[in-house]
Amino acid sequence: MIKYIFKRLIMSLFILMGVSMIIYFLIRLMPVDFIQDKINAINQGGATVSEETVNAMYKMYGLGDNSFKGILEGYFSWLGALLRLDLGTSFKYGIPVSEVIVEHMGISFAISLIATVFEFLIAIPLGITAATHQYSFRDYVVTILVMIGISLPSFFFGQVLKDVLSLKLGLFPASGLIDATVTYNSFIQFGIDYIRHMFIPILTIVILSIGARMRMTRTNMLEVMNSDYIRTARAKGLDESVVINKHAFRNTMIPLVTSLAGLLPSLFSGAIITEQVFDLPGIGNIALQAMNSGDIPFIMGYNMFLALLSVIGVLLADLMYAVVDPRVKLE
Amino acid sequence: MEDNMNNQETVENIETPLDKNVKLMSPTRMVVRRFFRSKLSIIGLVMVIGLFLFSFVGPLFVADTAERTQLKDAEGNVMYDEDGNPMTALVYDPNDGKWGETELDESGKTEYATSEVTYTVNGVEYTLVQTIETTLKDNFLQAPSAKHLLGTDNEGYDIFVRLMYGGRISLIVSFLAVILITVFGVILGGVAGYFGGIIDNIIMRICDVLMCLPGVPILLIISTILDASEIDARYRIYLLMIYLTFISWPGTARLVRGQILSLREQEYMVAAEAMGYSTPRKIFKHLVPNVMPQLIVQMSLSLGSMILYEATLSYLNLGVKAPYAAWGTMINIISTNQDILQNHLYVWVPAGICIVIAVLGFNFVGDGLRDALDPKARR
Repeated sequence: MIKYIFKRLIMSLFILMGVSMIIYFLIRLMPVDFIQDKINAINQGGATVSEETVNAMYKMYGLGDNSFKGILEGYFSWLGALLRLDLGTSFKYGIPVSEVIVEHMGISFAISLIATVFEFLIAIPLGITAATHQYSFRDYVVTILVMIGISLPSFFFGQVLKDVLSLKLGLFPASGLIDATVTYNSFIQFGIDYIRHMFIPILTIVILSIGARMRMTRTNMLEVMNSDYIRTARAKGLDESVVINKHAFRNTMIPLVTSLAGLLPSLFSGAIITEQVFDLPGIGNIALQAMNSGDIPFIMGYNMFLALLSVIGVLLADLMYAVVDPRVKLE
Repeated sequence: MEDNMNNQETVENIETPLDKNVKLMSPTRMVVRRFFRSKLSIIGLVMVIGLFLFSFVGPLFVADTAERTQLKDAEGNVMYDEDGNPMTALVYDPNDGKWGETELDESGKTEYATSEVTYTVNGVEYTLVQTIETTLKDNFLQAPSAKHLLGTDNEGYDIFVRLMYGGRISLIVSFLAVILITVFGVILGGVAGYFGGIIDNIIMRICDVLMCLPGVPILLIISTILDASEIDARYRIYLLMIYLTFISWPGTARLVRGQILSLREQEYMVAAEAMGYSTPRKIFKHLVPNVMPQLIVQMSLSLGSMILYEATLSYLNLGVKAPYAAWGTMINIISTNQDILQNHLYVWVPAGICIVIAVLGFNFVGDGLRDALDPKARR
């Protein structure tokens, strides 16, 4: 087991290295004077990008030297800084990239975590009823609703919910996380306002993601329901609810738990579109703005951060699989 | 009497040879029959075909097609740009009552702004109502009418016609991407699965790396590169599509490899070996066709997700850019304009509905195919 984990960790390092190469060479494809234009645009916008920051970036990434040797040197100097956890200084926000990421990923994590909890709570029972009543009216209704959920583009559906629930009906605030015009008297009031702001974004994410999870539960449940031990349990004369909830459901849990483990790291990565639609200060929206203004250090840092999260996710899912399912042996 | 007739028929049926009595069905026909038995698949198919007709045949009847004509100055001489090439422009026929993809409705629009001014003279309050009439060149934000079936957007383009051209882009891009993904996935996955060993290892590690690349953020970088290199607005979406192919083939490759790993151990492959067939023939004629059912399902489902990808890119203003139309681009306006979001639903809702119909259609078809192709299915 320990040997396996060690092997996987080494492999993950190689994967990250491959990702870093692709990202670095993509950035190198950007013309340098274009980067200069973007920096000038940021300067005109009020913020100041100090000469030092720019020079430090040029030195760190070896930009401007387009010989083969220059590119290689630039890559390794960037990689070296990366290994020292130095992601450079963001132009747009004027502070180290790692600080920007740490500061904003909490909000993204909170929103995604709550959404994921609801997603599992709603999708699992729906998936089970659809599977136990296969080809019934109930199954069709659930399947169609889920398909519509999968097919909705997040930006369109988010805007529709925003238009109906907040602008037309006035039930919830349209954007942001806190109301700038209100002064809070107590912590409870603050909390309620926070929840009201997060309600529509979370609703959007839940409705859009519920479909895939439900379909997964349904497929697994159908597979389990056709297996021999379920027939045995029924033959013993067990109550149908016991058969479903105890014998079948436990085995459906295996893929669910594994996928949850794989999902956990990605909760930090931020939902770019949803955060943009509702103007939330999560990491996804921050990254989108940074990228639109050509903030190279942030772009590179954020992409490496995302790659790291997905590598950890894959690793966690594989390990969890071995933990949950005793039949699996890691070689 | 009737009973007797029936009996005779049955007897006849029994006496006919077995192969005439039993209706033989090829596997393909069985799949087709099972596919059409599901109502959802038929609905999906109708949606997809409907959108195809709407986007590819529709413009022939409703839309104005522009001709590229050379620009001439007042004296009738051809005008040249800085590089010495003749300058051309799209010219629409203004009198045919149809609208083009990039044709502005310049019939004008009058706007009224009223304001009240209150002032007091000798203790008596007077209220003056002031109305300012402005005549604008473009007929923008026109509500749906006979002239513009779905109205005009904030620039003055006809929304109905632009929906058609947007559909063309979405469908072409997603089909091209899915075909490319499948070709690359089948070739690389097939080679990896068949040869195994070091080749398999190299291809699969490349897959691992590509699968860990963040999707949208990298697309943002590439889009910035395209901005910097000033690519024509019409072609950038195809370049982005090539990148989508580049990051999406590992999914198909893994599917093909997994299937081939188990298929290559079967007896018929030993037979193929004994016949002395060449390796490409063994891979692409004997192994890949057996993966086809899963591949077809994967293709139709990824068509839907490619349409979503393209729409999201256009919504973020990275894909197709104005003045050219794409469904995502048509929704983009509401992220900055609250007035249109609230009061001019006809500008953005139809484009969203088109996206939903397209994705839903492909998903229904894919789901139907999955059930129809599944040999374990009981119905």
